[in-house]
Amino acid sequence: MYETNYHRASSVADAAATFAKGSESKFLAGGQTLLPVMKQRLASPSDVIDLSKLQELIGIEVSGDTVTIKAATPHYDVSQSDAVRKAIPALAHLASMIGDPAVRYRGTIGGSLANNDPAADYPAAVLALGATVKTNKRSISAEDFFKGLFSTALEDGEIITQVAFPVPAKAGYAKMRHPASRFALTGVFVAQTKSGDIRVAATGASQSGVMRVPAIEQALKANWSPSALDSVTISASGLLADIHGSADYRANLVKVMGQRAVAAAS
Amino acid sequence: MSTVKLTVNGRAVSVDVEDRTLLVHLLRENLNLTGTHVGCDTSQCGACVVHVDGRAVKSCTMLAGQAAGSNVTTIEGLAKGDELHPMQAAFRDNHGLQCGYCTPGMIMSAVDIVHRHGGKLDEETVRHELEGNICRCTGYHNIVKAVLDAAGRMKVAQAAE
Amino acid sequence: MGVEGIGARVVRKEDRRFITGQGKYVDDVKMVGMSYAHFIRSPHAHARVKGIDSAEAMKMPGVIAVLTGQQIVDDKVGNLICGWAITSKDGSPMKMGAWPAMAPETVRFVGQAVAVVIAETKNQARDAAEAVVVNYEELPAVPDIKAAIASGAPQLHPEAPGNIVYDWHLGDEAAVKDAFSKAANVVTLELTNNRLVPNAMEPRAAVAHYDQAEEHYTLYTTSQNPHVARLVLSAFYNIAPEHKLRVIAPDVGGGFGSKIYIYPEEMVALWASKKVNRPVKWTGDRSEAFLTDAHGRDHVSKAEMAFDKDNKILGLRVKTHANFGAYMSLFSSAVPTYLYATLLSGQYVIPAIYAEVIGVYTNTTPVDAYRGAGRPEASYLIERMMETAARQLKVDPAELRKKNFITQFPYQTPVIMAYDIGDFHASIDAAMKAIDYAGFPARKAKAKADGKLRGIGISCYIEACGIAPSKAVGSLGAGVGLWESAEIRVNPVGTIEVLTGSHSHGQGHETTFCQIIADRLGVPISQVSIVHGDTDKVQFGMGTYGSRSLAVGGTAIVKAMEKVEAKAKKIAAHALEASESDIVIENGEFKVTGTDKSIALPMVALAAYTAHNLPDGMEPGLKETAFYDPTNFTFPAGAYICELEVDPGTGKTSFINFVAADDFGRLINPMIVEGQVHGGLAQGIGQALLEGAVYDGTGQLVTASFMDYTMPRADDLPSFKLSHTTTLCPGNPLGVKGCGEAGAIGASAAVINAITDAIGNNKLEMPATPDRVWHAIHG
Repeated sequence: MYETNYHRASSVADAAATFAKGSESKFLAGGQTLLPVMKQRLASPSDVIDLSKLQELIGIEVSGDTVTIKAATPHYDVSQSDAVRKAIPALAHLASMIGDPAVRYRGTIGGSLANNDPAADYPAAVLALGATVKTNKRSISAEDFFKGLFSTALEDGEIITQVAFPVPAKAGYAKMRHPASRFALTGVFVAQTKSGDIRVAATGASQSGVMRVPAIEQALKANWSPSALDSVTISASGLLADIHGSADYRANLVKVMGQRAVAAAS
Repeated sequence: MSTVKLTVNGRAVSVDVEDRTLLVHLLRENLNLTGTHVGCDTSQCGACVVHVDGRAVKSCTMLAGQAAGSNVTTIEGLAKGDELHPMQAAFRDNHGLQCGYCTPGMIMSAVDIVHRHGGKLDEETVRHELEGNICRCTGYHNIVKAVLDAAGRMKVAQAAE
Repeated sequence: MGVEGIGARVVRKEDRRFITGQGKYVDDVKMVGMSYAHFIRSPHAHARVKGIDSAEAMKMPGVIAVLTGQQIVDDKVGNLICGWAITSKDGSPMKMGAWPAMAPETVRFVGQAVAVVIAETKNQARDAAEAVVVNYEELPAVPDIKAAIASGAPQLHPEAPGNIVYDWHLGDEAAVKDAFSKAANVVTLELTNNRLVPNAMEPRAAVAHYDQAEEHYTLYTTSQNPHVARLVLSAFYNIAPEHKLRVIAPDVGGGFGSKIYIYPEEMVALWASKKVNRPVKWTGDRSEAFLTDAHGRDHVSKAEMAFDKDNKILGLRVKTHANFGAYMSLFSSAVPTYLYATLLSGQYVIPAIYAEVIGVYTNTTPVDAYRGAGRPEASYLIERMMETAARQLKVDPAELRKKNFITQFPYQTPVIMAYDIGDFHASIDAAMKAIDYAGFPARKAKAKADGKLRGIGISCYIEACGIAPSKAVGSLGAGVGLWESAEIRVNPVGTIEVLTGSHSHGQGHETTFCQIIADRLGVPISQVSIVHGDTDKVQFGMGTYGSRSLAVGGTAIVKAMEKVEAKAKKIAAHALEASESDIVIENGEFKVTGTDKSIALPMVALAAYTAHNLPDGMEPGLKETAFYDPTNFTFPAGAYICELEVDPGTGKTSFINFVAADDFGRLINPMIVEGQVHGGLAQGIGQALLEGAVYDGTGQLVTASFMDYTMPRADDLPSFKLSHTTTLCPGNPLGVKGCGEAGAIGASAAVINAITDAIGNNKLEMPATPDRVWHAIHG
């Protein structure tokens, strides 16, 4: 890793101010992505500003039809939260499948979303549930937040503070894990909103990052059951391909994981 | 350079390190606690797992500065004097190690697994929970046995306390 | 001492230091004034080095030196050697290009070092390395066998036209042709044995120190065989004469073959330590391990087997291309020849065998022995062939095997090996019983009803271990003898030190070897220490590989113990005023048989060292050495059966059951033996399902980290059901055969045979990833 300057922020405002002072600052949350990248010398921030100890960024709240997860809440806490398990069990399940136990202790929802890895799990939930990403500056809808591979609507120095998930009528997540990295080779999050809308998002599949899957949404609108997807065909065009999964295999996984997510939905 | 103050195995320490220093390097190079190992550079293998404020984390994926003010327990701090921690004893008794390189991280992760699941562990859960620790020698068979054995021992020990 | 003797499940003596974090590995070594090395490595698979500019780097903080390939050549450090000469069909010697420790002119694989930075800290060395400007002229690269042997392919070494190292053969071509002419059925099979990265969890490391006053070097290194390292560093690399070089391999975190070799980094660390007159530490990271540790396997083979009308095998013809990577590593040449083709008879009576092996250079990391080394490739080929044949001939795969098993021993195969003993029926019967083979069809039907594809696969492996009779391997081209040594020192107070040339890096020698002593001399294992891994402490030895430590190293200990015992009996007889022939050893006491007269071993030892009352003419002391050279290989064998299910939706494989029935001869510590089998099985299963080194068309390693190269994890593997059948090895006094590699040799075919059975498609390569399996199901 290149030498850097480590700062532990005392507040969100302090973090933003410190960020602005550095020539090439980066926010550090759980560090489970940024630090490996820095270790490989693929990133060389002048300053890293640690958000992970900010109490204002940690915690889970459920009020009415909204689950709010503050940005620096580790995956483990989300996976174990009784409130989340009760309101959106699929979200707790998703959090329990990220990385490995040590990663789940450190990695955070805000860090995951800000990085927007095309194979990360959380983006699928955020997009399928139509969550709102709140920052120190504004609120951003899921549709507007994700901008393709490793790219988001966040401006330089903008800090995610929390993510608000509308509680769905039903939701499910199924993931085929990448055998080595444990990211999603393909993961599909299906949700039936309380207004009866169907939203489906897939991660790990598309060359453009997390995506909605209209073909599955339409089929499930007609019939919310795994078998409704039997006749659905997902095009391999534009899908990721590597040694662990060809594009047509991933296309198959979008459908099969979609079916399993529906079967698991509650 | 920064001064990092933390507690390691119950002892308060203060170390001057470059800001880029990882916790694992602070432990190994500055404190000579070489039981914590480095087996990869992509945060996969878990040879570096230590407990930070009671949670098993990869010390290769944490800056030393992030651990400032924290309580860190390494493999060297697990036994009570000459008395092995039940997990250490179970690894030995079940032949849960061969070359010993992954063992410290494996044991630290395993202790955390038992803490989280209590005595309600089964083989499938143990195998799933060990996904962040790679061993090349044992095929995991005896590690899984050791963790299940230790879970029983720790339950008994807890009941006795 | 039955509780600690041969056959006892003794917990390991070495474990306490490992479970408390007190193990001492090379990277734990610190020296006063230590500096750190960081290598500058080629990003190209094939390129000419046009120039190296280190001026800027030398100005960076903490930099002590930047040393280049040209300097190491100028200092007459020798090129890396290959220690086994193979002769091609046409009588010509193998054709090898030079491999300097750092490339002065041409780089031939990604990761090959061209220069090294020595600095005050590790970070400073790495920072400065980025300031060294290397000017490369890229050359076209050949990333695989097919590209390497294509006409007009770019050439790696002028010495090896067509990128061919050798074109070797074994067996009787005419006899095989004759056999095939009489065949009722011929079964053909084409397969790839995928390239693997060994990935011992401890990356390689070296700490080198040069003592100017004594003109003496010390090297701490991650080695499976420190004496061989010293020999090669002295005799071939001109680092220092042997008496001026001490090599220490302390605790070593796994080897699996990859730490047999003497790599460029160790050579450079030694050379640099004198140049900068400072101790030099190099610790590889995992990324460097992927690029520079010798890889394993990487064969492409075509095989044909001829059967008569009764399904008896008539003959086998095999043609294999073996990928050596860019340079010939230390034992690489022997792996696809004498460690592979000699095992192609498997467990079967095959009257005629002919094998051709073409060794090929490619612009990839050098390939050498990895757990099993040649024998897994042979076993995989034979066992997939037997399964394929059973399906084609429409007979039960177990029955086809049994029909063709060798049952008379000793058995001379047509490919050099003379199997001394075995009982292959016993192994397969044990495995079939353990997995309830008879009940499989019903289980398969039930799984089908649940939407799962269930399969069962058998693999009956045999291996040649206890490597190796020196005279035999010498006649086949080996540059060294493969005996082992032991020294037993009985101290004046009766404690015992055993100095062995074997090296333990996970195998448990510190316990197993003590048990041999305890069993014979009746000494508690707490009173015995095993000393290994240090050329200053231990007499010359050949190290640990090829499942040899017990069969060869253990036998050397027995031989030394016999000498100790003989002398001790003389002393005891003298002290007890009895006849030497009346002395027996019981529970550590030397007794006069039929009387109550006895003397304990410590008193015998004390008598030997006080020398006040020894038999006339006897030298004082009680210390003996033995060098043991085996007369044959040993032949561990067994049967593995795997039952699994494939999810047709995802192609993912899940284990239902995996049973292993092995015959390793006598077991000294069954607990340790089981552990060795577990680990081997994991690596064999890893090869079958998960692992595979992949290069792209330009020679870049795609699977260059644990993010892409799938290491087996706990949840990828089942718990294993092990059992043992026993035929005692007649070739050594312990009756042991070796157990370190069996799992890795036998497992992969069982897994692939089970998957292909489940999906009804025999065309499937390793690793059988879900993607590949899904495509094999759905076309």
